[in-house]
Amino acid sequence: MSYTAIADQPVHMHDPTTFVSKYIWSQDHKVIAIQYGVTAIFVGVVALVLSALMRLQLGFPDTFEFINPNTYLQFATMHGMIMVVYLLTALLLGGFGNYLIPLMIGARDMAFPYLNMLSFWTYFLSVLVLLASFFVPGGPTGAGWTLYPPQAILPGTPGVDLGIVLMIVSLAIFIVAFTMGGLNYVTTILQARTAGMTLMRMPLTLWGIFIATVMGLLAFPALLVSAIMMAMDKLVGTSFFMPALISLGEAVDHSGGSPLLFQHLFWFFGHPEVYIVALPAFGMVSDVLATHARKNIFGYRMMVWAIVVIGLLSFVVWAHHMYVSGMNPTFGFFFATTTLIIAIPTAIKVYNWVLTLWQGNIKLTVPMIFAIGFIFTFIHGGLSGLFLGNVIVDVPLSDTYFVVAHFHMVMGVSPIMVLFAAIYHWYPLMTGRMFHEGLGKWHFWITFLGAYAVFLPIHYLGILGLPRRYFSFADTDFIPDTAHMLNAGVTVSAIIVALAQLLFIINIVWSFKHGKKADPNPWGAASLEWQTPEQPPRHGNWGDSLPVVYRWAYAYGVPGVKQDFIPQNVPTEQVMMLDENGAYQEQEV
Amino acid sequence: MVLAIVIVLLVLGTVLLHILSPWWLTPIASNWSAIDTTINITFWVTGIVFVAVNLFMAYAIYQYRYKKERRSHYDPENKKLELWLGGLTTLGIAAMLAPGLIVWGDFVTPPEESAEVEVLGQQWHWMYRFPGEDGQLGETHPRFMSEDNPFGIDPSDPAGQDDILVFGNILHLPVDQPVRLVMRAKDVIHNFAVPHFRAKIDMVPGMVTSFWLEPTRIGEFDVVCMVLCGMAHHAMRGKVVVESPEDHAAWLAQHPTFAQTQQPIGDAATGQSLYASCASCHGPEGQGNRAMNAPKISGLPTWYLQRQLRFYNDRVRGFHQDDVYGQQMAAMMAVLPTEEAIDHVVAYIDTLPDEPAPTTIDRDIRRGESLYRNCASCHGDDGRGNYATSAPPLAGQHDWYLKQQLENYQRGIRGSHSRDYYGSQMMMMARTIHNDQAMLDLITYINSL
Repeated sequence: MSYTAIADQPVHMHDPTTFVSKYIWSQDHKVIAIQYGVTAIFVGVVALVLSALMRLQLGFPDTFEFINPNTYLQFATMHGMIMVVYLLTALLLGGFGNYLIPLMIGARDMAFPYLNMLSFWTYFLSVLVLLASFFVPGGPTGAGWTLYPPQAILPGTPGVDLGIVLMIVSLAIFIVAFTMGGLNYVTTILQARTAGMTLMRMPLTLWGIFIATVMGLLAFPALLVSAIMMAMDKLVGTSFFMPALISLGEAVDHSGGSPLLFQHLFWFFGHPEVYIVALPAFGMVSDVLATHARKNIFGYRMMVWAIVVIGLLSFVVWAHHMYVSGMNPTFGFFFATTTLIIAIPTAIKVYNWVLTLWQGNIKLTVPMIFAIGFIFTFIHGGLSGLFLGNVIVDVPLSDTYFVVAHFHMVMGVSPIMVLFAAIYHWYPLMTGRMFHEGLGKWHFWITFLGAYAVFLPIHYLGILGLPRRYFSFADTDFIPDTAHMLNAGVTVSAIIVALAQLLFIINIVWSFKHGKKADPNPWGAASLEWQTPEQPPRHGNWGDSLPVVYRWAYAYGVPGVKQDFIPQNVPTEQVMMLDENGAYQEQEV
Repeated sequence: MVLAIVIVLLVLGTVLLHILSPWWLTPIASNWSAIDTTINITFWVTGIVFVAVNLFMAYAIYQYRYKKERRSHYDPENKKLELWLGGLTTLGIAAMLAPGLIVWGDFVTPPEESAEVEVLGQQWHWMYRFPGEDGQLGETHPRFMSEDNPFGIDPSDPAGQDDILVFGNILHLPVDQPVRLVMRAKDVIHNFAVPHFRAKIDMVPGMVTSFWLEPTRIGEFDVVCMVLCGMAHHAMRGKVVVESPEDHAAWLAQHPTFAQTQQPIGDAATGQSLYASCASCHGPEGQGNRAMNAPKISGLPTWYLQRQLRFYNDRVRGFHQDDVYGQQMAAMMAVLPTEEAIDHVVAYIDTLPDEPAPTTIDRDIRRGESLYRNCASCHGDDGRGNYATSAPPLAGQHDWYLKQQLENYQRGIRGSHSRDYYGSQMMMMARTIHNDQAMLDLITYINSL
């Protein structure tokens, strides 16, 4: 049966010809992906520097003049917001989503390339507005990345004049950008899959990105409305989140609002946001593991359903961030139960990753060791979540360093391990060159061991009861001197890890020009993105005609087949099967 | 190979750190040992999973390391195995969730006989209110809040008149008696957390929240604010003193009722004669005198003068042997032996004219302005002080005195007394001034206010 996919017309592809249309106002999903990626990594480096500054104060208090209680809170706030929203969300969905969706489903581009371009530039604008807040009088907001009112918009908090307004505006712009990108990803995955690419043949990367995007489209509006409502409280004098109160001795002109309303809206976005980051990472790591273990992903269907179930459940767990917020205590029973239930599909994913390694043929390449590092840190971070998800256990631990340690392990270190795995894994496809293996391994070992040395001991400071978001722990009887020494040690590890990221940047920049030329499909991957006629893929991706898909993306080590793997687009007739005499026969159509 | 060994070592190291960690739950001082039990159950369940899954992974990495001739086993699914693993996980989850929910049920159900104590949080300190003899806390509303009525108690509510008010960060509780801490916040969200008690709940402006506990151990315990509440969040500390019911009753008796705080503070005429002894150092108009190392006291708010004089009287200030001038002042308190005498003299000082002191320090005012940003949150942009943050005025004070006090705070000879909670905040803040130059620049700016 003849099959004509969307956008597969045998006409000229309107290839961009000028530098501006090729690299600036580009509508090519691959270029947009790189634009997203470079911008996100740039702000990520800013956020990394901010975290190092915080660690300097915590490890060596009162040593650095430019770190004072105001700037410390500003560093903490900007670090958190940048990492969660402007780095992780943007890099995973805007970067990898853009790059991989059309290639993995066998499309020429996104369904709406122009919208895609707008999405990036809108995101870029949101980053500019965010960074501008460093340069306004009073500096950026120091309200914590959660921006809880009334504190966020009252004096006594740094950046209360312009910083908070720019933060709100920047978030609103980001959400517009995400919505344009997100609608595009969902439409593309649903409508532009090539012949044979059924949903249940898609690589798990796509499932992760797909569900995460759908979640983002449902969750970000909650953040948008809370941002608009807070902006109105701040600028127009409404009282959505503002009860009658006395701020630094002055009665404010508000009454009747509810600070808890903001928290519910924020976490209705905020908890799904955790999985908006996690699900694409889950997907990508699955594909890296299968490829480099030369083995099919174990329990593919279960993995898909786990992603879907996690996505659904993550909308009914938000108030586990609010166990001690003063909300009706009855909610504690419900949210503790839903939260611990979500651990079951998550645990199944972990088992299946480990079982994918089992009876594989494991090549410990740089992407693979990052992926295995992810499994380790994710097991740790996931398990510490069981403390905080169980309402009564959360009571002593909430707002302590245990929380800091948990979420850094589970949504800081873990997704970043996947991001590194993914960047190294797809680097040859994106650039046509190999990265430097030795540098990559050094980068892994310092990052993996260093990050664990940073975040493992911090859990114990939390169990001791150290509150988070503290500029200084001086003059507290229950904190022993050893805890201060530990803080100094953690700071040293953190600085080493931060510096080690230079190895990564040097590697990807240097290899771009000087790396060894990559063979086509150097890892022997079965998924479609490695099967383009040219590598790196050109504008339009697929040359004259779209590929046709015959099987799932995990045909590694198929019994009775000569090749170690069968690409998704190789017709079954061309697979070299073992015949009854024990010899391989290449069958021709 | 190396990776497999490292994973095994990391698992071992993690378990060892857990066993040997000197950082662990503070010794419990409340009835909530059941919370500790749920933490321990969770450690056991998650610990077993952590060790088992990681060791299995390390073994797989070692056993199935790359060999050219090896082919992986094609094994898309195994329904039985997946069901087993899912079932076991569900059991583990239930083993943690069930006891957790039972303890949560207790946590949210205070016993009938619990006493009520109100904790009022504000930037960046605590105050406490006990119901008086009627056992009932009076109604409150932010519209009643003022310098004279910081709790915002409704003056027309008879139940509020006998409420006992505790100004200051130190709360005393009787041992072995269940208490429900009723919490309000004046400005932003705070969280009254005592690590030794395990229990805590946010205090939210516009709402009343609560939790209950029963202190089980006599002693002094740190209070820390656990919700980010602005610039000085880290300095929002306090103490809970758990003591015998008798000691507690005696402590409570020292504090005024709401009705008492609504009386005028003292008699200025009586205060004038008492002031004669003060005038020799502080000057007849309270303008201060550098030669005598006496600061300007005119223009200081009455609440600040009262507090400092009481602190001198109780040797909370002037207690440190290196604080020579503070000790002098503490000795002078012999002329003001009673609370009433203090109130009278304060009432008199309040009538003195407020003239700014002459300035002697003139350095880099622009740098001083940027340094002052940290001070402004409490002392005000204009340096006029703020009752709400318990911060005295700085503008108009002698600059040599400001410098001397900042140095005293930095050295801990002022503010390090365990009852001086405002002083301990200033100690933390004073340490953010890193050198003499910065201090002089800062004072130059304060001089300009």
